[in-house]
Amino acid sequence: MKSLLSLKKYFARHKRKLLWGIVFILLSNITQVYVPIFLKDGIDGLQSNISHSEILYYALLIVGAALLSGFFRFLIRQTIIVVSREIEYDLRQDFWSHLQNLSLRYYQNTSTGDLMAHATNDISAVRMFVGPAVMYSIDTSTKMIMIIAIITTFDWQLTIAALLPLPFLSYMVYKLSKKIHIKFEKIQEKFSELTTKAQESFSGIRVIKSYLREESEIKLFEKLSEDYLDKTMDKVKVQAWFAPLLFMITGLSIIIAIWFGGMKVIEQSLTLGELSAFIVYLGLLIWPVIAFGWVLNIIQQSSASMKRLNVIMSVKKEISDSEETDYFVKEIKGTVEFKNVSFRYGKNLPVVLDKINIKIDQGDTVAFIGKTGVGKTTLLNLIPRLYDVTEGEVLIDGKNVKTIPVDVIRSSVGLVPQETFLFSDTLENNILYGVKEKDESILERVADISEIKKDVDDFPKKYQTILGERGLTLSGGQKQRTCLARALAVNPKILILDDSFSAVDTHTEEEILRKLKNFMENRTSIIVSHRISTVKDSDKIFVIDNGKIAEEGTHEELIELNGIYADIHQRQLLEEELKQI
Amino acid sequence: MRKSIGAKPGDDEVLGKAYDSKLMKRLLTYVRPYKGYVILGILLNTLVAGLGPLRPYLTKVAIDDYIALKDYDGLLVVVALLMGSLIFQAIVQYFLMYYTQLMGQKIIFDLRMQIFKHVQKLALRYFDKTPIGRIVTRNTNDVEALNELFSSGIVMVFSDIFTIIWIFIFMFSMSWELSLVTLSVLPVLMYATFLFRKKVRDAYRRVRYHLARLNSYMQEHITGMTIVQIFSNEKREIKNFSDINEDHKKANIDSIFYYAVFYPVVEILSSIAIGLIIWYGGGNVIQGTLTIGVLFAFIQYTEMFFRPIRDLSEKYNVMQTAMASSERIFKLLDNNTIITNPENPKPLKDSKGEIEFKNVWFAYNEDEFVLRDVSFKIKPGETVAIVGATGAGKTSIINILNRFYDIQKGSITIDRIDIRDLKIEDLRKQISIVLQDVVLFSGTIKSNINLHNNEITDEMVRKAAETVGAHNFIEKLPKGYDEEVKEKGATLSVGQKQLISFSRALAYDPQILILDEATSSVDTETEMLIQQATEKLLVGRTSIVIAHRLSTIQNADKILVMHKGQLREMGTHHELLANKGIYYKLYQLQYKDQEIKAS
Ligand SMILES: Nc1ncnc2c1ncn2[C@@H]1O[C@H](COP(=O)(O)OP(=O)(O)OP(=O)(O)O)[C@@H](O)[C@H]1O
Ligand SMILES: Nc1ncnc2c1ncn2[C@@H]1O[C@H](COP(=O)(O)OP(=O)(O)OP(=O)(O)O)[C@@H](O)[C@H]1O
Ligand SMILES: [Mg+2]
Ligand SMILES: [Mg+2]
Repeated sequence: MKSLLSLKKYFARHKRKLLWGIVFILLSNITQVYVPIFLKDGIDGLQSNISHSEILYYALLIVGAALLSGFFRFLIRQTIIVVSREIEYDLRQDFWSHLQNLSLRYYQNTSTGDLMAHATNDISAVRMFVGPAVMYSIDTSTKMIMIIAIITTFDWQLTIAALLPLPFLSYMVYKLSKKIHIKFEKIQEKFSELTTKAQESFSGIRVIKSYLREESEIKLFEKLSEDYLDKTMDKVKVQAWFAPLLFMITGLSIIIAIWFGGMKVIEQSLTLGELSAFIVYLGLLIWPVIAFGWVLNIIQQSSASMKRLNVIMSVKKEISDSEETDYFVKEIKGTVEFKNVSFRYGKNLPVVLDKINIKIDQGDTVAFIGKTGVGKTTLLNLIPRLYDVTEGEVLIDGKNVKTIPVDVIRSSVGLVPQETFLFSDTLENNILYGVKEKDESILERVADISEIKKDVDDFPKKYQTILGERGLTLSGGQKQRTCLARALAVNPKILILDDSFSAVDTHTEEEILRKLKNFMENRTSIIVSHRISTVKDSDKIFVIDNGKIAEEGTHEELIELNGIYADIHQRQLLEEELKQI
Repeated sequence: MRKSIGAKPGDDEVLGKAYDSKLMKRLLTYVRPYKGYVILGILLNTLVAGLGPLRPYLTKVAIDDYIALKDYDGLLVVVALLMGSLIFQAIVQYFLMYYTQLMGQKIIFDLRMQIFKHVQKLALRYFDKTPIGRIVTRNTNDVEALNELFSSGIVMVFSDIFTIIWIFIFMFSMSWELSLVTLSVLPVLMYATFLFRKKVRDAYRRVRYHLARLNSYMQEHITGMTIVQIFSNEKREIKNFSDINEDHKKANIDSIFYYAVFYPVVEILSSIAIGLIIWYGGGNVIQGTLTIGVLFAFIQYTEMFFRPIRDLSEKYNVMQTAMASSERIFKLLDNNTIITNPENPKPLKDSKGEIEFKNVWFAYNEDEFVLRDVSFKIKPGETVAIVGATGAGKTSIINILNRFYDIQKGSITIDRIDIRDLKIEDLRKQISIVLQDVVLFSGTIKSNINLHNNEITDEMVRKAAETVGAHNFIEKLPKGYDEEVKEKGATLSVGQKQLISFSRALAYDPQILILDEATSSVDTETEMLIQQATEKLLVGRTSIVIAHRLSTIQNADKILVMHKGQLREMGTHHELLANKGIYYKLYQLQYKDQEIKAS
């Protein structure tokens, strides 16, 4: 329940509308509870010679009251429910803005499906609280008070007798909804497992098909479906009691009224009209009482949902501007320095980088080479602050990256991640993704440098070709080159290529590197590759091994050194050269 | 400025009719296996449908016959009857609810499995064009939308009909005149409902459309959040998102208006009916042709009668969603983009691994050929390398050999049998492919290597991992082979992921091994170790290797050089160098400095 308090600020934003809504609820209820009173007067009148016109008068009063009440009801929805949609909007917007700030670490450890579930299911559960639950709980409680006040004036003993089952009802509702809620959570869990399985099975279809795993996938999915069915039926077993119980207890009230009230009518301490009105009132009470249980249910579900949302909303921005940030830094030139940098992904995880010291001058091209899993990507990710160092500092232009606004760093760094990701959008929009002002000339230029141009020229729709999800319909090398073009388009001061030519043939790579040389004049380039041919022309090459810089120098120097680099070089030579040397 | 509308929702926005007899007929075929439940449901319904309407009648009896006549015992009898009917109805309702839900759940279980199985059969062409999220929705949310239709829907329709029939019976038996007067509001109500339906359908369609946009946008951008952040595009994405969010909100607020009008209108009409009863019935009471009890019973019937109609708008949504969902589901089930098995497949048990391409033409999209007239032959046990510029069609060669796609012209044979004459399972069983794009599933490292195949023992998994040099880093993980793999292997380095995917291929111990840049992100030392290890392992087996690092392929028995969809050169490393063609050029580029030194 406490978690719902975090909605306060949203309610405050729409205070006026909400207050009006409450006023309308009151007005609507006041007019509505009059209807049975007119009914009572009519029926009582019928027993004591009443004229046709008087009867008509009562009938018209009933309709009139209903018209008024209906009008206010219209206004209620137009205020409170509308506000619930506004708050849903605000909430979703805040949620989304918050997601933008979460770090790579968070995304690597959280499944997309989970986040989607929060963004959809949880937000709509909270919306249900803000709208219907608030509306009905105010509606219900005020209506209940009014009705009970009125029927007490008819006969307080009868009122007490007839209402006797209701506290019991509330208790049952409370108990049941609690149970249902627990089961419901389990169902949600299963459902998300089911969704995740389907998602993975379909996106991994190539592997599943080539290894003939269709049958086993079906079996796994069947197992999950069965679990889901069982969990759902667990809930149904309890939930199926809900309606009958509600309905039995409210029915009991009416029966008590008929019995007890009937006797009172016989004893003439109650008029028949009053009894009829009494019964009609009880009928009016049924819905509020049912709604009451329903509302409790919603409140419980939405507070659980809100709690989950709050957990995400309170995840601290791991990487953001802080007090140390110097907002006078508007641009960067491009020297990069690592000072005693150590890094580990978590407290219990091994040290990946161990006291690294590197200096890269502006305009230089440096390369990193090293074994699989040695920490190259990790090192590169520290520069645009996708991760922060565990110890030591990374400096750009001599300033600790933590003191430079994140925005400034990232808009001056062009990073081509090792794993390609493209949006299912046109090629043009993908390439110009980081560009603030769309510009044809940029597109042409970067497409040319990254050598994607010649491929695009063969596509019937050119740059308007819409890519499949994640760039599915491009070849491996085309994807990589599109990502390269995207990074170049932002006009970076520092270009980082994380193994960005692994799927590109050497001929194309050579072309790209040649054109890049021109483009990268006065800019810093940092390259990771496993190919000697990619790194050999760099101003400096660093060999990473065991978390440390094992060797550094130019190609020639490193060959001379006859260490790890020379060994890699040796291995990449073809037989002929081996013979010749 | 520019679009970023999020992925197009495609057919998610289409909302058909709320009732479509063809669809309904087809949906009902899923009910057939559960006929027993339906009959039980209808039976229970008939049993209790009259009980609700009975109570106002009993109330009337109580008022007119006992209260008016001061008969205490009679009143008690009626009260006991009321009580009995209530309890009975409650119990029956419980079972009704339980069994209908059970039926609904079973039906959607069947449907869900049918969809899943069908999707597993669909060809890759389908997956190229359909966002995964959409297929997942068919299998989860769309199926779920049918749950309500099957569980409460079908039985509720009967229940409502029976109840209304009973109400009519009681009403008309008490006073047909007053019944007609009361029911005179019905046409107005129907018209109001009709109007409402039309309006709300439009609004609802818009809501669905924008919701689908919202979801696909979020899905895609959560997956690509790093890209958003690297390009510091957060602000723009927030803006783009707010546009969609706003549209979604507006559509919802529009639909609120119709509900805000509809609900009160129904209530007002019900009050008009009560007014009519008081006015007309009251007149009759004055004339002595009607009792007050009847009057009162009618008022209660009005309430009872309007309730299902009030719920109608909700049910209407359920129906409409269900119809739209089932239409999409059936469209998926009717999709026949399936690579089918031949009618009389030729047997292929243990292939020798002889492969031949004869004048093969292939296009992903009609007429845009990515492979043109490709012919080559691979002898059993040979290692063949494919090189060529990016986008030249190397991966495509693999895709058609495995029958991920069928070719347009020419033929591909294995052991001289056209692959289209083989059972797909027989074909794929011979081949293990390490795909260019690494796919990892959530689960453990082990399950990613053996893919839940029990025939592949832990020992085999370990051996495969050792062969590719993955064992070293796997062993260092806290839980070793049982270490959990995060979504898409997010906490592994790219090379490590490649090694796992490579281990998988070896664990399956294939006759034909295909490596599509399987070690492109792996360091040279590891790569060479793998090469030596696999060479031993694969004696007598055929392998096809696609690689850009020439050192990787220099020992191949044959090298195919692809260029723009055509096979331009073929031969051994030496032959190709002597040839001074494309390969020679590639070679020069990669090793020019050595050459300079050498010369
Ligand atoms: N699923 C697909 N749908 C449509 N076109 C495709 C699809 N997959 C690849 N293509 C196109 O077919 C051509 C050949 O692609 P292919 O993947 O065979 O190239 P490749 O030689 O493997 O290149 P790379 O070395 O970059 O991986 C490319 O132009 C590519 O854009
Ligand atoms: N998010 C993460 N959480 C925990 N461990 C991680 C994470 N990302 C990477 N690692 C581990 O850190 C080590 C270094 O990974 P990194 O991706 O930097 O390697 P790399 O040098 O880029 O390798 P490759 O050549 O394969 O790309 C690896 O052992 C990897 O398993
Ligand atoms: Mg890496
Ligand atoms: Mg390829």
